[in-house]
Amino acid sequence: MTASGEAVLSVVLQLAPALLIAGILVSFVRLVRGPSLSDRVVALDLIATLAVGIISAQTVERNDDVFLSLAAAVALTTFLGTVAFARYVEKGRLE
Amino acid sequence: MNAWITSVLMLAGALFMFLAAVGILRLPDLFTRMQATTKAGTLGIGCMLLGVAANFGTLSVTTRAVLVILFFFLTAPVAAHMIARASYFVGLPLYHGTVLDELRGRYDPQTHVLESPAGPAVEEGPREPEPGETEES
Repeated sequence: MTASGEAVLSVVLQLAPALLIAGILVSFVRLVRGPSLSDRVVALDLIATLAVGIISAQTVERNDDVFLSLAAAVALTTFLGTVAFARYVEKGRLE
Repeated sequence: MNAWITSVLMLAGALFMFLAAVGILRLPDLFTRMQATTKAGTLGIGCMLLGVAANFGTLSVTTRAVLVILFFFLTAPVAAHMIARASYFVGLPLYHGTVLDELRGRYDPQTHVLESPAGPAVEEGPREPEPGETEES
C-alpha cells in the first residue's frame, strides 16, 4: 500500500511540474500578445503563481522544507509588484 | 497513506493551475481572463500547498503552508480588484458579447468616486445609454 503510494507520488511529481511549465508557456503567449498592459500584468501574476506551484512540487520532491520559505517570499514579492503595476495603470505614473 | 493524499492534491492543484493558464489564453477580454486566473490559480496553489503539508505532516511545515495559503487567499482578490478597477477607469474595452455592465456611468471619470444611483437600481437586459449619462462626459 505504502510502496505503491510512493510510486504514484513519484509519477505525480514528474507530471505536476510538466503541467505547470506548460501553463507558464501558455501564459507567456498572453504576456507577449496581450493587447493591453493590464493583460500583461495578469499574465505575469499567473506566471509567478505557477512558479510558486513548481517550488511547492520541488519541496515535496527534495524533501526539504526550506523551499516553502522561498515560496512565501515569491508570493509576497508578486503581490507588491502587482499592486505597483495597478497603480501605474490607473494613474499613468508611479508616485 | 500520506503519499496518496499528496499525490491527489498535487495533481488536482497542477490541473487547476494549467486550466487557469488555458483560461488566460482563450478568454476574450481582460475581465474574464482575470476571473479564470484569480479563481482557478488560487484554488490550484491552495491544493498544492495542502499537498506539501500532507506530505511532511509536521507542525512547522503545516504552519508555513497554511500561512502561504492564507496569504494567497487574502492578496489574490485584492490584486485582481486593483487591476480590474484601474483597467476599467482607463477604458479597456469589454467583450462585445457583454450583456450587463452595472458600473457604466456610475463612476465619476475625474475623481474615480462611485456614485449611488438615485432611482431604481439597474435595468436588466442589453446595454443601453441611460438618461443623463451623455451630459456628464
